[in-house]
Formats: sequence, structure tokens, C-alpha cells
Amino acid sequence: MFDRDLWREIFQSINMNRTRSLLSGFTVAFAILLFAVLFGIANGLGNTFAEAFVDDASNSIFVMSGRTTKAHKGMQAGRRIQFKNEDYDYLKNEFGDKVQYITARIYKNVNASFRNEKNTYNVRACHPDHQYLENTLMAEGRFINQLDLDNKTKVIVIGRLVEEDLFQKTTALGKYVNLNDIQYKVVGVFEDEGGDNEERMIYMPITTAQQVYGSNDYIDQINLTYNPNMNHDQALAFGRTITNKLKNRFSVASNDQRAIRIRNMAEANKGVETMTSGLGILILVIGFGTLIAGIVGISNIMIFIVKERTKEIGIRKALGASPKSIVSLILIESVIITTIAGYLGLLAGTGILNLVAPSLETYFIKDPSVSTSLVVGATITLIIAGTIAGYLPAKKASRIKPIVALRDD
Amino acid sequence: MLKINKLHKSYPIGDSSLHVLKGIDLSVESGEMVAIMGSSGSGKSTLLNIIGMLDEADEGEYILDEVPIKNLTEKKAAIYRNKFLGFIFQSFNLINYKNALDNVALPLYYQGLKRKERIEKGLFHLEKVGLKDWANHLPNELSGGQKQRVAIARALAANPKLLLADEPTGALDTKTSHEIMEFIQSLNDEGKTILMVTHEEDIANMCKRIVRLRDGVIMEDKFVEQVRASQYV
Repeated sequence: MFDRDLWREIFQSINMNRTRSLLSGFTVAFAILLFAVLFGIANGLGNTFAEAFVDDASNSIFVMSGRTTKAHKGMQAGRRIQFKNEDYDYLKNEFGDKVQYITARIYKNVNASFRNEKNTYNVRACHPDHQYLENTLMAEGRFINQLDLDNKTKVIVIGRLVEEDLFQKTTALGKYVNLNDIQYKVVGVFEDEGGDNEERMIYMPITTAQQVYGSNDYIDQINLTYNPNMNHDQALAFGRTITNKLKNRFSVASNDQRAIRIRNMAEANKGVETMTSGLGILILVIGFGTLIAGIVGISNIMIFIVKERTKEIGIRKALGASPKSIVSLILIESVIITTIAGYLGLLAGTGILNLVAPSLETYFIKDPSVSTSLVVGATITLIIAGTIAGYLPAKKASRIKPIVALRDD
Repeated sequence: MLKINKLHKSYPIGDSSLHVLKGIDLSVESGEMVAIMGSSGSGKSTLLNIIGMLDEADEGEYILDEVPIKNLTEKKAAIYRNKFLGFIFQSFNLINYKNALDNVALPLYYQGLKRKERIEKGLFHLEKVGLKDWANHLPNELSGGQKQRVAIARALAANPKLLLADEPTGALDTKTSHEIMEFIQSLNDEGKTILMVTHEEDIANMCKRIVRLRDGVIMEDKFVEQVRASQYV
């Protein structure tokens, strides 16, 4: 079937019928090109969307306290609820593996200086887990660790912009920064995709902050992430459980909305998930749509080609061609054209995507790209569709009586 | 060489059917040159197509070179056509994107010959019809007479036992017709058996035997004195 003579016949046919070959090739190439470009743009939209929500871990729960608004168990309204280290320990130990990461936070505002450079910054005193909760990326050095907590060392981790402000072009790592007249050693510099404010932040061990700024064990807020294996409903239920247990612990009325507040990202995530799956459906529709358009196109062309070649088929049959040789002649030709054209469409499609990608970022399309295996899959689908679409008319044509095919009309 | 007994053929037309051949008996010996004549609708082309295995009879017996031709599968018909028969058509039926040589060599391709052999044989037959210098030309670069000669070379390439011609001069002017007929006569002189359909009296008289059909039956079957085409050329 694959002898050299057959190839010679096929390439002669392709070469000598250029309009026909180009037309069918163009259909396939254009379908694949459209597929790649549209899919790429849809992916780019998805990327933009995903990025908008990557700053904080998407399974976070923030636990905050305030003043009571209702009298309860003999205590008056307006009582201030203050979290302490024991509450952090309680949350950490009470829920076992339902809690993935957990950190307490203390907020402070400091005047920082290094040599002649001065500025005010927000300080977050926290536990080591904080790094994962905020998606903090270490550019240099390390984050706060357990040893810092145990020894209450005076170390800080500063944001990229803090380093820029205070150290100009020199490196901050290992230098000492003055915060409200106390010297802290910089052990790390971090980056955060959450924006400039996040990169103007300073982190220090929570135990250090407690000792230096108040000699107490108060904490302002507790952040945790729930086990990512939990589904949406379980996560919401987990949030309610935490609220109820803490209200119990602090003797707060169960209908008091202010004393214990939690922000569960699972609630916001529901919307994000709906959006993302909506986008996914859109991408699928676009992909299937272009693919079906391509299949219809190549099918039409195959039917047309067989029709156009009916007379040639008649001649070949009169000269002794078997039906099988006729079918393989037509089909192999179409497979070759589809494959080459599909490959060119793939190259053109990804080429265009790479070319326009930078200018598309203004339109909320980031990194528009499409996986090669996906486009190759689409091309193979088209080849198979073209083969099936060509096989039926080719089979029929190969069975036509030569005399019918040769009739002058 | 060729023997036909009580051959019937009808074509369906809507609900009824048209009885085209109504019991044809014909026997052709090796080396004969037979013209089949008749007005249009007499069934002459249908008869030729059945002989050429391009069409099938409904009823009757057809024996070609002692091989009964019946219940042919497509594949078998293809092999028989390739081995036994050479076709010459009124409209030449060359493949327009193949040059003269490739057209002539096409039956050899379906015989499974090697390319070198095909080119050799193709050129030999092109030379025989006097078109060796035109081997690399496409059909649309050739005149009508040249096209028909390429078609004849193609019909001869597979060295068939029987040459079938359907109005071989129908699309040609008188002078070219005579040239083609002269060539066909020379093939017959060499011993080829030739069967041709024509409605031109003078072309028919250049054969050795004339079979006249009317309404699907043979009216007349006579041997004639062959008129040599060379005297007109």
C-alpha cells in the first residue's frame, strides 16, 4: 500500500492540482489556526482571572475579635474580646488535620530607619506558617522560623520595596534596621504578588513583638487555612464551627455578630469557582465550535474532490485500477494535505499568539497560550474527520461503473 | 476470441425499464476488425461497454478468450480489463494532469510493473504512434489527433488481446480521422483484434466486417472489402 509508486502518484496529483490542494489545505490550516488563537485567548483570560485571586491562599479563614453587642451570662454589652496565645493554641490543637496552616498576627506601625533613610511601615508579627498563608515569596534569605519564636530574636523579614526605600541599591540582608529605636537584623527579603502595599510590609516573630511592645501575650488576629481536601460545604461548616466554639469560649451570645468575626474565603470562592467553570465552558464551546467548523469544511471539500475526480476514477478503473487502490489514492492524498496544512496552521496559530501576547495584556489577556498536544489533538481529529468524510464518497466513487463515470456531460 | 450468446440488457427508467439489447449473438475471431453501426439508441455503445466489462449484461453468455465473463467482482473485472482490453474513447479520456508518457504508462502501473520498465514501454508505444518527442507534454498542449494517438498508445501499452474503440474519430476532423484510421488499420495488419463503434459509413467501410444494430437486435452482419485509409492521407 505504501510503495514508492503510490507516493509518486499522490504527489503528482497534489502538485498538478494546486488550487484544489491549496483550498483544502487552507481550510484545515485556518481551522487549526483559529482553534489555537481562540483557545489561547480564552486561556489568557483564564490566567488573568486566576492571577487576580492568587495573593492569599484561597482556603483562608481570618478570625477577628471586637466588642460584644449583647449582654450574655450576666456580662454587659460592650465588653472587649482580646485573643491571647492560648486561643491560638486552642485553635491549632482543637481541630487536628482540619487546619492546614495557622498563624497569629499582631499589627504595629513603626518608624524605620537605616543610616539616613527613614520611613513608616506596617509590621506584622506572626508565626512561620504565615509565609504560606500570604503566598510570600522569598527573594533572599529566609522567613521567620520556629527558632526565632523560641528565642524571641530581634530579626525581621522585609518587603522588596522596604529594601528599595531604605537601602537604595545596596542589599539589606544581614544589615540592622532601626525600628522605633530598637535594632533588628534583616534575615530575609520577600516579594508578594498582592501589590505594592504587601511589599511595603515588615514581618517579625510574634513572640518578639509581644515582649518588646507590651510584655503580654495578646494577639490581634488569627489566620488559618482549612484542609484543601474539604469541599465547599464542609469548609463553610468548618467556619461556623470555629465561630460557635469561640463564642462559647468567650461567653458571647450566639447571635452577637461583632464580638467574634470570621471571614471565610470559601464564601468568596464560590463566586470565583462559578466564574472559572463558566470560563471553562466558554473555552470548550469555542474549541468545539472551531473544530466542528473545520470538520464541516474538510468534509465538504472531500466530497467536492471526489466529485471532481469522478472522471479520473472512471479512466483509472477502465485501465485496470482496483476499487481499493482508488480509495487509498484519494484518502492518502487527503491525509497528507490535512497533516501538512494542520502543522502549518499550528505554527501560524502559536506564532500569532506569541506575537500579539504582549500587546494583549492591556485587555486582561495574560500569557495567551495553548498546549501543543491540544492543537496536535485537534489536528488529528480533523485528519480523522477528513478521512471519514472522504472515505464514504471515495468508496462510492470506486464502485461507480466506469461507464457512468466516463459519460460525457 | 470473443463469443456472445443471447445477450440482454435493460436500463430502468422511472417505474418502467428500457430494453436496450434484446438477444445479441455475436462471434469475433482473432485478427478481425469489426465496426458496430447503428443509429443512436440502437444499443451499439451498450454492447461495446458490456464487451469492455465497463457494464454488465442482465442475461446471456459472454466468453472472452475462452474465459466466461460473469459474476465479476470489481477486483476481478479490474484485472481482466487490465489484461485483456485496451480502450479508445471518443473524448480521449486522458488524465489531464499527467503528461503523455505518464498517461501511456498508467495501465502498466496497475499491472504492477517497475517504474523503469513502465517508462521504457511507455516510450516504446509513444514512438509507435509517432509522439516520442511529446512525451513530457500535458494533454492540453496536444492537438485532438495527437491526444487520440496518445490514447491509442495507452490502449496498446498493456498489450491487450482486444482493442475496443468507441467512436474513435468522433471528435476529429476528416483528415485527422483518416490518419487515426490508417494507424488503427496498421495495428490490425499486425494482428490485433479490433472492435469499434461508429455511425460514420466511410469509417465503418475501413473495417473488415460491419455489424448493424437496430432496436437492440442485429439487423445485418456482413464482411466488406476494406477501404484503406492510406489512400486519403
